[in-house]
Amino acid sequence: MFRKVLVLTGAGALALAATGCSSSKSGSSSAGKTESGPVTLSYGIWDAKQKPAMQQMADAFHAAHPDITIDIQVTPNADYWTKLQTAAASGTAPDVFWMNGPRVGLYAGQKQLLSLSDKPGFDNTPFPKALNDVYTLDGKQYAMPKDFDTVGLWYNKKLFDAAGVKYPDATWTWQNVIDAAQKLNDPGKGVWGIASPDWTQENLFNTMLQAGGSAISADKKKSGFDDPKSLAGLQYALDFVTKYKVSPTAQQMTDTQPDQLFASGKVAMFTDGDYDLPEYKGAAGLDADVAPLPAGPDGKKATVINGLGNVIYAKTKHPEAAWEWVKYLGSKEANEIQAKTGTVIPAYNGLSAEWVASAPQYHLQVFIDQLNDAVPYPVSKNTAAWSKPMQDTLDQIWGGKLDLQTGAKQIADQMNAALAKE
Amino acid sequence: MPAIESRPVAAEAAATGSASGRTGGPAGAPRRPLAPRPRFSRAHLREWAWGYAMIAPLFVGLVLFYLWPIVQSAYFSFTEWGAFGGQEWVGFKNYSAFMSDPQLPRAAWNTVKYALIILAGIPISIVFAALLNQVHGKYATLYRILYFLPVVSMPAAVAMVWRWLYNGDYGLINYLLSLVGIHGPHWVSDGRYTVYALGVVGIWSSLGYNMIIFAAGLKNIPRQYYEASSLDGAGRVRQFFSVTLPLLSPSIFFVSVLSVIGGLQMFDLVLMMLGKTNPALADSKTIAYLFYEDAFITNNQGLAAAIAVVLTLVLLALTALQFRLQKRWVHYG
Repeated sequence: MFRKVLVLTGAGALALAATGCSSSKSGSSSAGKTESGPVTLSYGIWDAKQKPAMQQMADAFHAAHPDITIDIQVTPNADYWTKLQTAAASGTAPDVFWMNGPRVGLYAGQKQLLSLSDKPGFDNTPFPKALNDVYTLDGKQYAMPKDFDTVGLWYNKKLFDAAGVKYPDATWTWQNVIDAAQKLNDPGKGVWGIASPDWTQENLFNTMLQAGGSAISADKKKSGFDDPKSLAGLQYALDFVTKYKVSPTAQQMTDTQPDQLFASGKVAMFTDGDYDLPEYKGAAGLDADVAPLPAGPDGKKATVINGLGNVIYAKTKHPEAAWEWVKYLGSKEANEIQAKTGTVIPAYNGLSAEWVASAPQYHLQVFIDQLNDAVPYPVSKNTAAWSKPMQDTLDQIWGGKLDLQTGAKQIADQMNAALAKE
Repeated sequence: MPAIESRPVAAEAAATGSASGRTGGPAGAPRRPLAPRPRFSRAHLREWAWGYAMIAPLFVGLVLFYLWPIVQSAYFSFTEWGAFGGQEWVGFKNYSAFMSDPQLPRAAWNTVKYALIILAGIPISIVFAALLNQVHGKYATLYRILYFLPVVSMPAAVAMVWRWLYNGDYGLINYLLSLVGIHGPHWVSDGRYTVYALGVVGIWSSLGYNMIIFAAGLKNIPRQYYEASSLDGAGRVRQFFSVTLPLLSPSIFFVSVLSVIGGLQMFDLVLMMLGKTNPALADSKTIAYLFYEDAFITNNQGLAAAIAVVLTLVLLALTALQFRLQKRWVHYG
């Protein structure tokens, strides 16, 4: 009988098996070869849509460096980080791979990445400063910026016309948004003035900055959530839901995501990144455009900037070849290839025109112009340790279970405790 | 039940039913004759070797993919992990961290509630299995396929479709409710309803599998019992409780053991139907979800291993308890 119990409980062992499983083999395929001979570098990416562009760069690079072949390995985003972390733990991560802001602190802090600042010929001046800052830790830069994204105020022209409200422009402040949202809101027709979810990159990190606060202090040692100015930024975003009632509730925006609500014409305004352009471009019957984010009460303009970078694995067997490849990826030639494919905004200054021209019906230049007001996406050495509890608590505040004062204090405390451990 | 005992066949059925009180075997059963002392002849050895060779593929797989990970996890549960490997022995720290987690009571209660809801689905499965047994002819297969379809559907697709149905503003369920004047809630984003909403999906997706087990169990009940009992004047209800239910009890037992294990491991629906930024998530987390968060979001593998070990021990204990209790109500005809 005990045996039967064991077998039946075997199902329970699945959970155990998940923690037990370890290294997955991926990565440097050319072990044993010397640096002078032909070398194959593995290059880990997570977006299959960008593979053709990456392949084009790899071919161009191989033509110039016949000794180095690039092997592109695509892992879907859902598994990318889990796989990468186990691979890095067992010393088999790709030689060069994609990195983003929230993770770079962890990987660089744990000495999984080579510092690029020490490399011969390293030049980060062609890239926006805020973007370089995302990848810089203790004065050393660990990633070559690849692309970037900023946030803009998307609006539905049809709904604005119907309500007789002037389109948003660069002069708009918070008050303009509040006034417009109230005029546009029409519960009888199922139309909301604005969607203001507790999303951080698209909404709260920006409003906190516009109010003069921030999510994290400049030295990345203290939370900014207990700063009264940050609180004002959170309050502004929350007021749309609870005070003015011109935004769908947290429940409604969970059942139907705000970008879907905007795409289907149920919401007149929504602050969102350039990365949702394909969704809005493809939405039937949506006549939308985009404006810069509004300025805060003291006239401060701000958007967070995030994006991807290329990094070198610290345990690569071919550090020189890997650096050649990363240097090429940061070159004007490589970024021009990326610009032509039009999927993302290349990080290289002055190459965004092609991307802007890819959808002339929108004022996409807004996303580029906002670089002047861009602030690095808030990260620290171990971002995940505080970003998850932060999001959990924000969910509670937006869901009406926790008042903003208490919740923000709670986030600040959890965050400070996590930051103290770094 | 004197009315039934007069007929020999019915008596047999009644005997099966009344064995419930006894724990031992039938009093008159002959003792097994003593086996002769085993001799380790070549023939014996060869026979054993073949036996082991036959079970080897399954056995090796089981050891490699089930038993070894269990041992590893048990070890890891006493360690703390660096972000990129390197474990440090920390004793019972992970266990005390898990036990003092403020989310634990709520998660444990949600898990139990969910398991109870799944168990409540068993009678429904029995009813549907009985109804399905009444269907004959060309539609029988069609119905069987329809009811079994949820079992073989992709969980991600199932979750997506149910999310649409449950949508508070535009969902079909709330639309139907609005036709009768009820303003439906936000089923999967309001913490008061999520466990039940997920429970319904859980019942729905396990219905097909349970029905197949029960349908097979029903087919195994000899027709004579029904004929005999109806000659004795038993109505359909009486037949159901005195013949069908006792003889179906092995199937019920099997399904309820699996349901408890499955219910207490509830995870996929929480992840896929609620998503990560959901105001109801804090009210709907299960133990297995806590495990997922620690293992794959905050990368606290040691703590996650401790949760998995505790969950496995609880499942083991509950299953052992069910096997003990079965003597009171399960009749192996």
